[in-house]
Amino acid sequence: MHELAVAQALVEQVDAVIDQHQAGCATAIRVRIGPLAGVVPELLATAFPLAAAGSRMEGAELEFTHAPIRVHCQTCGAETEAAMNRLICGACGDWHTQIVSGDELLLESVELETSPTPAS
Amino acid sequence: MCDTCGCNLTPGNKHLAFKPVAKGATAVSVLKGLLQKNDDQAGHNRDHFDKRGILAINLMSSPGSGKTALLEATLTALKDEFTCAVIEGDLETENDAERIRAKGVQAHQIVTGTACHLDAHLVHDALHHMTLDGVDILFIENVGNLVCPASFDLGQHLNVTLLSVTEGDDKPAKYPVMFRAADAMLLTKTDLLAVLDDFDPDKAEAHLRNLANPAPVMCLSARKDMGMDAWLTWLREQLAAQRARVAIGQSRRPAIQSDGMKYHSVTA
Repeated sequence: MHELAVAQALVEQVDAVIDQHQAGCATAIRVRIGPLAGVVPELLATAFPLAAAGSRMEGAELEFTHAPIRVHCQTCGAETEAAMNRLICGACGDWHTQIVSGDELLLESVELETSPTPAS
Repeated sequence: MCDTCGCNLTPGNKHLAFKPVAKGATAVSVLKGLLQKNDDQAGHNRDHFDKRGILAINLMSSPGSGKTALLEATLTALKDEFTCAVIEGDLETENDAERIRAKGVQAHQIVTGTACHLDAHLVHDALHHMTLDGVDILFIENVGNLVCPASFDLGQHLNVTLLSVTEGDDKPAKYPVMFRAADAMLLTKTDLLAVLDDFDPDKAEAHLRNLANPAPVMCLSARKDMGMDAWLTWLREQLAAQRARVAIGQSRRPAIQSDGMKYHSVTA
């Protein structure tokens, strides 16, 4: 449900990028998302057209980079993949780990139409 | 931090910024947190709290796990010691704020309508309806929900997540995003453990540790006044720690944000 709020934040950010580059519109948007961000890519993809309606990114393609969950073990130093609800070290099994990847929610890149085009 | 010159590009993400695109189009790398605007507002809220030496605590849990009952008991216990204030978040009604006001404590109710979580802007608006001078601890009771509230920084210093023993001891495994964010996990309604043979506090703690979370786990029953001392002692320690931070111009973000930040190649 909160994916609509996230989609609205995404639209605001992309709007700022369009302004910053004095572009006409955005044609593709890439978001890097990890399972631990608490945002479901499929739901964000559903919410995006609603949030983007009438904006300069209406019709832009929303693409996702799925960040894997990786943890760094503070005990043995290994960096391993982990499951969402088992963030323990894959090498030694200790739970004193830190997330290296998997909790991101980043606007990674935007493709812009450089020349002003009629808004569709 | 720089969005223009490309200095935020690393070997790991460079290919994303320079991928070939169609003629007449250009691809720009942004690499900003999607919730940056919320996070900026949260930082602003945190500045408000730090300037006044206030400790802000975000309470999260399922609906009905006893957040308001915990607050009632806590506010009663601390009434001669600290000045507290409460922000209540619910989809509808002023009921919870009224319960807090009945204890003689300042409370502001945020009615979210249909929104499933509080965000930093809602909390900021609420702060403008409150008197913060002289407040020692601000409790923010989030909307009862084990999913969405975990993703939004409000400007709090600490997250406290409640798990009542009438739920299941595997909730941390089922809702890892929420429980990973906890700076303390409170197992509530533990007076009912005597009649609930399927909830094992040790299992709940083991599930929390599987999320690499070192947060303290405290068992209590607010209604029956069991285990409240450990929680109140923890609160006193956290307020002292907040005052010590403020004295040296530092602040603290809840567990989820600080965790692993130094391993991120990108500053979101």
